[in-house]
Amino acid sequence: MILDSKAPAGPLAEKWTKHKFTSKLVNPANKRKYTVIVVGTGLAGASAAASLAELGYNVKAFCFQDSPRRAHSIAAQGGINAAKNYQNDGDSVFRLFYDTVKGGDYRAREANVYRLAEVSVNIIDQCVAQGVPFAREYGGLLANRSFGGAQVSRTFYARGQTGQQLLLGAYSALSRQVATGKVKLYPRTEMMDVVMIDGHARGIVTRNLITGAVETHAGHAVLLCTGGYGNVFFLSTNAMGSNVTAAWRAHKRGAYFANPCFTQIHPTCIPVSGDHQSKLTLMSESLRNDGRVWVPKTVEIAEKLRKGQIKANDIKEEDRDYYLERRYPSFGNLVPRDVASRNAKYVCDEGRGVNETGEAVFLDFRDAIKRDSRNVIEQKYGNLFDMYQQITGENPYEVPMMIYPAVHYTMGGLWVDYNLMTTVPGLYALGEANFSDHGANRLGASALMQGLADGYFVIPYTVGDYLATIGPAPVDANHPEFAKVKGEVQDRIKKLLSINGSKTVDYFHKKLGKIMWDECGMARTAEGLTKAKAQIQALKKEFWSDVKVLGFNEELNQSLEKAHRVADFLELGELMVDDALNRNESCGGHFREEYQTPEGEALRDDENYAYAAAWKYMGEGIQEELHQEALVFENVKLTQRSYK
Amino acid sequence: MSWVTKTLKSTLGRKLIMALTGLFLILFLTGHVSGNLLLFKNDGGEAFNIYAKFMTTNPAVKVLSYLTYISVIAHVIYSIILSRHNKAARPVGYAESKAATNSAWASRNMGILGTIILIFIVVHMQSFWAQMHWGDLPVKTYAGEEYKDLYSIVNFAFQNIFMVIGYVVAMAFLAFHLSHGFASAFQTLGLNHKKYSPAIKAVGQLYCIVVPVLFAAMPLYIYFTS
Amino acid sequence: MKLTLKIWRQKNASDKGGFATYPVDHVSKDMSFLEMLDVLNEELTEKGEDPVHFDHDCREGICGMCSLYINGKPHGPQQTTTCQLHMRSFNDGDTVVIEPWRAKAFPVVKDLVVDRAAFDRIIQAGGYVNVNTGGVPDANEIPIPKTIADLAMDAAQCIGCGACVAACKNASAMLFTSAKVSQLALLPQGQVERKTRAEKMVAQMDAEGFGACTNTGACEAECPKGISITNIARMNREYFSAVVSSENV
Repeated sequence: MILDSKAPAGPLAEKWTKHKFTSKLVNPANKRKYTVIVVGTGLAGASAAASLAELGYNVKAFCFQDSPRRAHSIAAQGGINAAKNYQNDGDSVFRLFYDTVKGGDYRAREANVYRLAEVSVNIIDQCVAQGVPFAREYGGLLANRSFGGAQVSRTFYARGQTGQQLLLGAYSALSRQVATGKVKLYPRTEMMDVVMIDGHARGIVTRNLITGAVETHAGHAVLLCTGGYGNVFFLSTNAMGSNVTAAWRAHKRGAYFANPCFTQIHPTCIPVSGDHQSKLTLMSESLRNDGRVWVPKTVEIAEKLRKGQIKANDIKEEDRDYYLERRYPSFGNLVPRDVASRNAKYVCDEGRGVNETGEAVFLDFRDAIKRDSRNVIEQKYGNLFDMYQQITGENPYEVPMMIYPAVHYTMGGLWVDYNLMTTVPGLYALGEANFSDHGANRLGASALMQGLADGYFVIPYTVGDYLATIGPAPVDANHPEFAKVKGEVQDRIKKLLSINGSKTVDYFHKKLGKIMWDECGMARTAEGLTKAKAQIQALKKEFWSDVKVLGFNEELNQSLEKAHRVADFLELGELMVDDALNRNESCGGHFREEYQTPEGEALRDDENYAYAAAWKYMGEGIQEELHQEALVFENVKLTQRSYK
Repeated sequence: MSWVTKTLKSTLGRKLIMALTGLFLILFLTGHVSGNLLLFKNDGGEAFNIYAKFMTTNPAVKVLSYLTYISVIAHVIYSIILSRHNKAARPVGYAESKAATNSAWASRNMGILGTIILIFIVVHMQSFWAQMHWGDLPVKTYAGEEYKDLYSIVNFAFQNIFMVIGYVVAMAFLAFHLSHGFASAFQTLGLNHKKYSPAIKAVGQLYCIVVPVLFAAMPLYIYFTS
Repeated sequence: MKLTLKIWRQKNASDKGGFATYPVDHVSKDMSFLEMLDVLNEELTEKGEDPVHFDHDCREGICGMCSLYINGKPHGPQQTTTCQLHMRSFNDGDTVVIEPWRAKAFPVVKDLVVDRAAFDRIIQAGGYVNVNTGGVPDANEIPIPKTIADLAMDAAQCIGCGACVAACKNASAMLFTSAKVSQLALLPQGQVERKTRAEKMVAQMDAEGFGACTNTGACEAECPKGISITNIARMNREYFSAVVSSENV
């Protein structure tokens, strides 16, 4: 299959306008004859469901949480980018576009990224109109900050809870449509499969998490807004429930999965404290604006530190290695996430890690407090410092914080064209669930932007084009395909409940996570990946013969929920390894040790790998097939990213 | 349902009635305690008896007194309605609760405090108010005019140590009731502002001590002086 | 350290339920409370016993999904969410009593899981600004004084966990409802529907069967996000002025 991005021809700045004009429209009176299924109610899902309902479509919205407001978009702290140029500091749509393509290490589709930058300005307007309480200056206008190493201040924020406020805005828009009856909400309902009729997505099969009832839902289009798959690593900053199941089941029904190996490791997370660890907590990237990252210069000092013989504050200035400032004099502590993470790994691999496990570096506010006073630092980061103290029991005003990278975001996802449609007609992927906008590395404050751009401003146009094409005839909910897929889902549930092996679901999840982190994490090698593939296959086999899932289907059964998700993670993990193995280059979050510059920086191979790798599911146990979407760069020049 | 009944049936509407009647009763208490200070006047009850007659005959005071009866009754009825509603809102309680760590005892026990105060009011009205209205009271003449000698009834009643103890204890309950009720009424009315609330709270704390103490001082004074 | 857990177990909504006691060993001070329960659940599963069901998701104190009434207090002894509560708040040998939120409007689903859809319905009654996507003015056309924006943000921080209801002796949802009413009443964007919003949200709150407010302040004291009861006063103000002046007869 030739992957046609359907990106319109013509000058970059006119593509979206032109595309909107050439897209077909649905007659207003006909809109009520269509049903659109939206899975997931995070920023992408809630905004899409609300916007489509406002247009007049009937929407069915699903989420596995008890309320749409709890989707994990809520946890984003830092902010949302928009090319408003309110600060008069040289920002523009083109600059945001350029920064995003460059930040993504030139592995994103130009047309999509430009559109993202273009609609970013509308997002802020929309959110403000909804009553999102963004931070403001004393004059009453919106405040901005520089974020994630950007050279301009284009990030809008609401204290350290921007994701929460944006999600609650989208949730309120969604709630309004629930009240009008245009959206029917299905909380605590998990999507289990996609139903295909004549090659088009025509519905889904769900499981009610309270009653266990397996149900079918018919619709003219299915939107997957189900987030990323970072939990394949077991430990990540994702919510406990975040999963790949919806996307993976769609993949198995024919949707290609693109760039699965592109995962983002966030540099500033609270380090692992023991085996009991269930998730990792992110400390906002904004901390790097004032905190200085360091480790001891020598392994000897680090060892003393780890043994508790000395404390961080005992280490003399000349014995500290501010390695980011040393290696990257112009960006210093503000280098992009992938670079900061990898360097933390290097220094810890050298034996200079600073906590008991040897996997932590310091983020020190001593100098900032000396310079600006404790009060100023408290105003900027008070809530983050409190959170850190709550979790670790240490006071970061007095001792340096300890941080370590953790899996945070997945740039890969279902392959989508310019319309956000997957390779399955009628099946769309929005937000983190798709692969499109961040290339091999996402810049800070861009995830919220993408989720809302897709939901508020892209999908209402593009889904209309498809719906107008297929016509408003109702989808036959009694089509035998619904019963067939439902039966398959029920069989799988029965299978999981009947194995009654000896190991818990978490046992397998943790094991998978360890394999993924060790071999497909911050640094990868062909050798390690090959080994990981075999390990995952063996683990998958063991899972299906020895997993222990207690209870019944017809009840709230959290073990069963997890078992479904972990089963899919096991399959995804293998594909991630395949993808990482295929990509013989280093770019963004994907770092293959074989491919690096003499200074240890990522070495891209634009000649051979300037493409999106889209994988086609071929059947149980069969190697997936690689399809390539060549990435053509007409407006940016591919250069080696340098932050020196 | 008209908007009025709808409002009065809402939890907020019911609370509004509690707050308004409560505040009116606070006003009443203020008047009551001020007038009764005449008991401390060492004139054999003359000023007090003149005051008592004024209070039972003046038309304006009459209106106020009816408002007071209505307030007491409404305050009681709505507290019963609200308590039942609140109880129904949590049909299964907690096995363990550390409510003392998050709220004041009085605020959680307004119903109990109120019930005791209600019993006191009944006893109190029966002892004095009913006597004044319908009782066969001795008469005293000041400046050619006849007055019912309520003072002698009061004086007699507070020779009884149990009566005195009962009154003092009841005033302690009143103090607790007011310690929450005063500021709470303002909060219910929506009067919470960082400029004024500290003052309201301070006045409330002062009020809930001064008024009950003055009231309690009366039986004690009479018991120990006569 | 070693702990004794007394946990409410209830098979489903219609089951009567009761307490079960579980001893747990090897509890580390660095564990979060939920991780301690994870460990218990792993042990229970291995023994073939049904693990304890509890709600949780983000585990970083923001999604509002975790609940639990721990030793007589919502979210336990600290003023934070249960997921952010760490075992260093407990001592070796402690008995820890864990119950679900108790309110008629929050029926128990299973064990410690309750249904908080009532909160969603309160928001659906009017916790939004009626604007469609697109066609809105430029964000900077609506200047908002910083102090007002900050106050609105204070209220908007509510995570909808329901600790206020759990803490309140009347199981009242006034703090939750007032936080949303306040946020939108403070901001210029919320002015158009200000009166109707207050009336409708209060009516829905009552219809859900939450109790009334006795102004004990327990909600504020237990709220993991420190939402103030000034918001309740503001909602009362909004509501009373709405009912006497709105066009809704």
